[in-house]
Amino acid sequence: MIGIVGYGAYVPNYRIKSSTIANQWGNDPVSIEKGLLLVEKTVPGMDEDTITISVAAAKNALKRARIDPQKIGAVYIGSESHPYAVKPSGTVLIDALGIGPHVHVADFEFACKAGSEAMYVAYSHVKSGEMDYAMGIGADTSQGAPSDALEFSASAGGSAFIFGRENVVAEVLFTHSYTTDTADFWRRDHQSYPRHGGRFTGEPAYFKHILGCGRALLEKSGMKPEDFQYAVFHMPNGRFPLKAGKELGFKQEQMNEGLIVPIMGNTYSGSSITGLTAILDVAKPGDKIFMVSFGSGAGSDGFIFQVTEKISEVQDLAPKTRDMLNNPKKVYLDYGKYVVYRRKILFNEY
Amino acid sequence: MREVAIIGVGLTKFGELWDQNIRDMFAEAALKAMENAKVEKIDALYVGSMSSGLYAYQEHLASLMADYIGQIGVPAARIESACSSGGQAVRIGYMDVATGMHDIVLVGGVEKMWDVEDGTFVLATAADQEYEVYNGVTFPGLYAMIAKAYMEKYGLTREELAQVPIKNHKHAVNNPNAQYPFEIDLKTVLNSTMVADPLRLMDCSPITDGAACIILCPLERAKEFTDKYVKIRGVGAATGPIALHDHKDLTRLEVVHLAAQRAYQMAGVGAEDIDFVEVHDCFSIAEIVVAEELGFFEYGKGGKAIAEGQATYGGKVVINPSGGLKAKGHPVGATGVAQIIEAYYQLTYQAGKRQVENARLGMTQNMGGSGGSCVVHILEGM
Amino acid sequence: MANSQRYTREIPRRYRLEAQKFPSGFVSLPRRYVDPISGSKEYENIKLKGTGTILTYTIIHVTSDQFKFITPYAVAIIETDEGARITAMITDTSFEDIKIGARVELVFRKIMEEGPSGIVNYGYKAKVIV
Repeated sequence: MIGIVGYGAYVPNYRIKSSTIANQWGNDPVSIEKGLLLVEKTVPGMDEDTITISVAAAKNALKRARIDPQKIGAVYIGSESHPYAVKPSGTVLIDALGIGPHVHVADFEFACKAGSEAMYVAYSHVKSGEMDYAMGIGADTSQGAPSDALEFSASAGGSAFIFGRENVVAEVLFTHSYTTDTADFWRRDHQSYPRHGGRFTGEPAYFKHILGCGRALLEKSGMKPEDFQYAVFHMPNGRFPLKAGKELGFKQEQMNEGLIVPIMGNTYSGSSITGLTAILDVAKPGDKIFMVSFGSGAGSDGFIFQVTEKISEVQDLAPKTRDMLNNPKKVYLDYGKYVVYRRKILFNEY
Repeated sequence: MREVAIIGVGLTKFGELWDQNIRDMFAEAALKAMENAKVEKIDALYVGSMSSGLYAYQEHLASLMADYIGQIGVPAARIESACSSGGQAVRIGYMDVATGMHDIVLVGGVEKMWDVEDGTFVLATAADQEYEVYNGVTFPGLYAMIAKAYMEKYGLTREELAQVPIKNHKHAVNNPNAQYPFEIDLKTVLNSTMVADPLRLMDCSPITDGAACIILCPLERAKEFTDKYVKIRGVGAATGPIALHDHKDLTRLEVVHLAAQRAYQMAGVGAEDIDFVEVHDCFSIAEIVVAEELGFFEYGKGGKAIAEGQATYGGKVVINPSGGLKAKGHPVGATGVAQIIEAYYQLTYQAGKRQVENARLGMTQNMGGSGGSCVVHILEGM
Repeated sequence: MANSQRYTREIPRRYRLEAQKFPSGFVSLPRRYVDPISGSKEYENIKLKGTGTILTYTIIHVTSDQFKFITPYAVAIIETDEGARITAMITDTSFEDIKIGARVELVFRKIMEEGPSGIVNYGYKAKVIV
């Protein structure tokens, strides 16, 4: 059996409400909260970036996997906010966690699906028999330009998954990927914020790839939507994944557990996979989970997992995703503080 | 070992000396000291400076200064021990004369602090760069942590702490070389900018340009030059961990106790014999802890004693008649030498309005970092 | 600031809390050769668990250029459960929760950046366990 042997998420301590951003720019807060189902989003601390978020998530995954970090043969971090343009994020992580130096490390980037991509490659290494354990991580401190629609959703967080053969908590039953060249959203080198094609990001991008991947995955597996206890999709807002899921034949009840976007925002590379951790936190042995990510540019990775009887042993070994999201000590920022935290004040440094 | 005397002193004004570079300041103080001692040729030179490299981009100070005071050829060296560099230079000069190696030795200290923008960074190099400074500590932050621990343990109040700078400013009024020769009140201290909780700007010694020089010679030869000389009766130095977190008791500066015990032993006197002391009040809390370590007050009682007037004229011992680092100014490398100069003025009865009556034995205490080094001198009037 | 060569050699201590335990019980995070208590040159390599107690702290309002955009921030001296003394910034904690005697856990965070083009410096910070 090959699958997830340990998983972990990390959610920063800071939040900004959609209404705070809406009031800053004169938008209607109700249309954001009710229409896009975006209530609040996470904001990284001033000392957090994709690397520290990845380390925190990976520590939680190691707590659940209960394995010697030295046995991990590969580590991949998927993100569109790697702190360096040139120099890997993964090298910091392996030295922080005591993995390696005999380890394969790479950073991935594919808009919002870089995390599922890292998982896919990690899983494939174990499946090939090349190594006993491999880790895939998706994390982001997402960028959204001031006053852009993305500002309501671009958030921070991430999740890590260790794949192996022994003590599997969620077996990978099927995978499928679906990719075309569709420039719906992009960021050029040296640019601070991404640009996007507005409504072009919808039907020809998000829905085409999620549905294309999801349908192929159902067909490949011979399963029907009702065979699954849970489904989770990439969450640029609350509306898109619910619409895509329903089109594939899933019901809202199957999607509620993984739908963390209203209180987390879109964590880009960490979006659907952090939804997956919220599901694993509550899943029962035998449950099947349907996950399809989406990354602009564009493509989708689909996974079907089946939860094993080992799940209950590990659920309490690290902080649960919804507990982190609902942390009573979370700190709400006003727009001024948010601007400082997200380093939106520009000045010439020398 | 020969007995050693101080036969002449020279000081620049302490403050913002925009027109003088580091050699100008040193030359002014050194030439004043030589003139004061009526000495034209010296046998050796020691220069104390904490960070001339970072402050003035100038190392190799000893030779530079030898040249600019017209003594090229003389053996010279720079001494560095953070904020106790000046005191350490005096100790080395003392040893040089006492051992018989040289007769006429010029010891100076200098710091040009106003030429850099990020002075906080320079001062922090006196702390453990990799394990304290890397983690965000500033120099005021280290003493703030001592203050926090002390206030928690002994119940010292914020108002009592404020009495230290208030007293030192009062003393400085009568010191024409002081950077801030004016009085401050409780409100000024408590309303000043927060630097590192609980320390406010008025708890912190200032940024100061300045130089201070003295001339040493064998005691037996002092009269050849002047009838105003003092004897160095006790010298004590010690080291402590430079990282504050390695101090076993965070309310103490054990290095001061160690250095003081050595100086007392050499001088054959105790705290009760000392008429006045110049201490290293880089921060208000430092004066309190140091006064305790020197044996003037019991542990935990120094703050209240100073607040009650025990450290000013008419009290148990006059602490910082010059105004201390807080009000006189703290050009770090020069401070240890400037303290000796204040003691010289007091013991030769040249201190004017700030003269301590019947002063016969004076002490100076100069400290590096957050207790990483300390030099104590006991001086006797002749 | 720590340039890359200075930074890289400290990684075992800063990233993984690798420390030394001497026979006297003294525990050192910085690499040492002699036990400052007993003078012994023998020691055991240990890894700090990353939990401890605040011995003292301050909230820094005025700082050097490299930290000026994160003021005010708290710094504490912490004794870890193994007995190592360390100085660390406190993160993700409201100032009211910082007290002498408070329990903390160490987390991996960005400490500073060397301007816009230099390396990013990572290390440990402390978070008060409320």
